[in-house]
Amino acid sequence: MATTQIDVPQGLPYVDITREINAPRDLVHRAYTDPELIAQWLGPRNLTMKVEKWDVRDGGAWRYVQTEADGTEWGFHGVFHGPQTPDQMIQTFEFEGWPGKVSFSELRLEELGGRTLAKTHVVFMSIEDRDGMIESGMATGVNEGYERLDELVARLVPTPA
Amino acid sequence: MTPDQLDSVFSALADPTRRAILARLTEGDANVAELAAPFRMSQPAISRHLKVLEQAGLISRHRRATARLSHLEADPLREATDWLAKYQAYWDESYERLDELLAKLESHPPSTDNN
Repeated sequence: MATTQIDVPQGLPYVDITREINAPRDLVHRAYTDPELIAQWLGPRNLTMKVEKWDVRDGGAWRYVQTEADGTEWGFHGVFHGPQTPDQMIQTFEFEGWPGKVSFSELRLEELGGRTLAKTHVVFMSIEDRDGMIESGMATGVNEGYERLDELVARLVPTPA
Repeated sequence: MTPDQLDSVFSALADPTRRAILARLTEGDANVAELAAPFRMSQPAISRHLKVLEQAGLISRHRRATARLSHLEADPLREATDWLAKYQAYWDESYERLDELLAKLESHPPSTDNN
């Protein structure tokens, strides 16, 4: 598949993201777990990515900051759970602009004869969080105007491991 | 759009026949017979799908003479898909960049690569 397949089941607080990658599984795993590599692909092109921590092991912390052209910074952090193998990489994810709204993701890499199927399962704290329609959370820690809200929603939910 | 409305829109979209009906309605209003024509499905079955779409606010229905026509309502669809489009765009873009990085790594393996 050329595009990312995103499944948003009705009435359930999670999202499933599937992508076929034209590279061997071990190389894809390296791209996710090497802090120098993750900085080169994660996130939109128009943001500068700075990886502060990417301690890929059970209980290891991660944090990165994405900076816009005008200097606005968006921080994200979380913790890795479990051994972070190609079979399973679990992490928590928090967007610092929306503290207390933590999501959980599990990434599985499947061998597809030299190619890799990347499947990410992301669980949110509620269906509303999943849908980006957070009523009470909108004002918390967010000093931006509503013109930023669209961008915040796009940043809150994705969590490629 | 409330979370409940968003849920009913996504539920309405989670069916290939209903998506095809919406696609047909982008070309203009249609009656039940016209909408049923491409599918091996009875008109009552199509009517059930139309009811789901109407309840989600994705179509409206009106009468013209003896015909009962369905009309596409674009706003709920646009609102529901906006956040999803952004979410999709985020993932697509990240994965495209990953594809580029992987291609680079495969053609120029770094000296630390022990393979």
